Amino acid sequence: MHTTSKLLVLVASLLFVALYFVPLWQITMLAPQYPEGIGLYIWINEISGMRPNNLESMNILNHYIGMKAIVPESIPELRIMPYIAGFFILSGLVVVLRKKRSLLTAWLILLVVTGSVGLVDYYLWGYDYGHNLDPNAAIKIPGMAYQPPLIGTKQILNFRATSLPHLGGYLYLASILLAAVAWYLDVKRDTRANSQQPASAIG
Amino acid sequence: MKTRRISNVGWSVVVLLLAGAFIWMGCPEKPALVTGEAAQAVYVPPGSYDEFYAFLSGGFSGQVSVYGLPSGRLLKIIPVFAVNAENGYGFSEETKPMLNTSSGFLPWDDSHHTVLSQTNGEADGKWLFINANNTPRVARIDLATFETVEMIEIPNSAGNHASPFTTENSEYIVASTRFGVPIPQADVPISTYKQNFRGTISFIGVDPKNGKMNVAFQIVVPGYNYDLASAGKGPSHGWAFFTSYNTEEAHTLLEVRASRNDKDFIAAVNWKVAEQYLKEGKGKKMAAEYYNNYRDHATRITTSEKRTSVTVLDPNACPGLIYFLPTPKSPHGVDVDPTGEYIAAGGKLAAVIPVHSFSKMLKAIENKEFETTINGIPVLKYEATIAGEVQNPGLGPLHTEFDGKGYAYTSHFISSEVVKWKIGTWEVVDRIPTYYSLGHIMIPGGNTRKPWGKYVVAMNKITKDRYLPTGPELAHAAQLIDITGDRMRLLLDFPTVGEPHYAQAIPAEKIMDKSVQIYKLEENKHPRATKKAEQARVVREGNIVRIYMTAVRSHFTPDNIEGIRIGDKVYFHVTNIEQEWDIPHGFTVKGSQNAELLLMAGETGTLVWEPKKVGVFPFYCTDFCSALHQEMQGYIRVSPAGSTVPLSFSTGKGE
Repeated sequence: MHTTSKLLVLVASLLFVALYFVPLWQITMLAPQYPEGIGLYIWINEISGMRPNNLESMNILNHYIGMKAIVPESIPELRIMPYIAGFFILSGLVVVLRKKRSLLTAWLILLVVTGSVGLVDYYLWGYDYGHNLDPNAAIKIPGMAYQPPLIGTKQILNFRATSLPHLGGYLYLASILLAAVAWYLDVKRDTRANSQQPASAIG
Repeated sequence: MKTRRISNVGWSVVVLLLAGAFIWMGCPEKPALVTGEAAQAVYVPPGSYDEFYAFLSGGFSGQVSVYGLPSGRLLKIIPVFAVNAENGYGFSEETKPMLNTSSGFLPWDDSHHTVLSQTNGEADGKWLFINANNTPRVARIDLATFETVEMIEIPNSAGNHASPFTTENSEYIVASTRFGVPIPQADVPISTYKQNFRGTISFIGVDPKNGKMNVAFQIVVPGYNYDLASAGKGPSHGWAFFTSYNTEEAHTLLEVRASRNDKDFIAAVNWKVAEQYLKEGKGKKMAAEYYNNYRDHATRITTSEKRTSVTVLDPNACPGLIYFLPTPKSPHGVDVDPTGEYIAAGGKLAAVIPVHSFSKMLKAIENKEFETTINGIPVLKYEATIAGEVQNPGLGPLHTEFDGKGYAYTSHFISSEVVKWKIGTWEVVDRIPTYYSLGHIMIPGGNTRKPWGKYVVAMNKITKDRYLPTGPELAHAAQLIDITGDRMRLLLDFPTVGEPHYAQAIPAEKIMDKSVQIYKLEENKHPRATKKAEQARVVREGNIVRIYMTAVRSHFTPDNIEGIRIGDKVYFHVTNIEQEWDIPHGFTVKGSQNAELLLMAGETGTLVWEPKKVGVFPFYCTDFCSALHQEMQGYIRVSPAGSTVPLSFSTGKGE
């Protein structure tokens, strides 16, 4: 592995340190009664309100449609994700130290797979909250589901719900991109070196 | 139809004639304000905020009303001296003690002057003080919650009118007696007024940290009627000035007998000297019964504490403490200008506005230019203290406010106008009519060292034809006048609540950012708070039943209660467990002999109910809190005395 690639992987793995301090994802909801918005931040280890008590308020609102209360303590992913972030920091450093491209390739694939699994998991949680509703709910609209969008904006009754990565999500993406660039540069340099080598051998 | 047209023609003729008369007399210099221009000056677009908060006293409503300026929008009524069924103030167990006095629980009083707390002579937006005139008290309103948080009764007093004016750093809030009374109270003939009746001037200390008030000291003064007050500022910091009328000491038909003297007095009190005398032990402890009531932020419970003594100073024993400044004709207002040098008086029957000079007063004291001495109080010579007189200002001058640009504005009750005059030259430079018969005027910060001299608000006693008629009883009117140009311009006319005597205004940004939105549940220290629905319960203690209830959109827990018996005293301790701004819940029960509870997010309130009839009684949320607000209801079953129906409570059980 070349120096530039090593540096890039180093940065990519250290970006994960930031995930302990900034949210991964955000869901914001606007309604006539909530011009200031009400929202949630999803961190690697918790779900919090965008403003104090937003989570409690969200749960109070959701009980009308029979949605389960969001109880961060009961979501196992929030206990696992800090270890995953830690794994990527350590394994990234190993890749830098061992300098093997095969390791870098594996690391990059793991990053992409983990990110995709995370998105799918997030979608499934959203599906569960949005569809598995209390049959005794006060507000029942036949055929209506309340699943938030995976990414983007969707009108759900009086709320305009928007789901977007927060800084942590973008950092994760940046980490993937950096690893990909590192991998690409490494491959390119080796290819160049390989194509030059036979020439010099002949010469 | 026809007659009306004819009479319209008639009126047109009159108007034309009047217009002709004006032209003949010379056009008024000022063109009438174009309506659109005035509308623009006061227009605050929907969703936008006003520039100023204005706090108008409620007079006989006993409350404070909060307006936005320049729009004149009513933002809130803060209950102070009168019970307020709207939000349960004075009805809930937590608020009843606020209205406790040495005369018992008082559901009403007459509130006169709002005064904002000050730091370095500027309104700081921390607290608002207001006086009760009838049963002398001063209340303190916390401007983070817009709520009355403390009340102190003034002992040895009657008619607390010259109150609650503040010193430069709100070291003290003043109070005094508009009505002379026997001190201490005694069963004496009214005709012995001169021998037995006295006045007091009181200084209420304010704790700079938490605002807590105490009656620091009282000065016993002759039984004149002490009317209004103003504290010194800048060079005159350390002094406070009180007008008096009825130096004749009449006790009957005052309108005639108290108007005889050519001059009455402004009492100038040196409170720094008073502090010195107190340190020297010149203050005498006097037995007195009065109450100090305080509402704790964490519990939201008001406690009422009885005080049993007060420290009194006697001018005879304290030379240099107080002087009388002769001032023409029953002066009403006394107002110190922003520089602290000039003291303007509103001699309500005088043909001039006399303005005393503070520095001349000090010199006169130094040179002992005394006319006489009354009860140990030297009377200074009028010529020795007077700085100037504003000649022919108008009729019935009352109160003066300042714009900080060298001008003063005096309200004139009889000629119903605001008169603008220049400090120093004492000449009238402008005048504008008000509708009608104004009392106080207010410039934002106009009583402080730093006026925001943009508007004058005139508060009028007579409304007559200004608005659509509402029967014999009409709202009082206020007018907003622009004072940014050379000429005053009438911008807006708006009805008010009760009788606003005085008002205060302050730039919105000094208050709005620290406005409390919710009471945090984790900080709720009410001993009977229920912070989670799972903790809701009903407990019987003999014939007292305590219902620990939660309210959240859109149900109460518990909402079915049985086992209550006739003869029980039921305490509904309801906690609004929401933590979101502007989600209040109300609570009442059928047959309640009380007002509702209105609970803000995170707040606990207590409603007492003594059921008199057997049956099942609904209770419900009174504030439209949510889409299913109508469903936010429950039942409480009342059985005969001695019934064996077991105590039970539930939510969502059965069916």
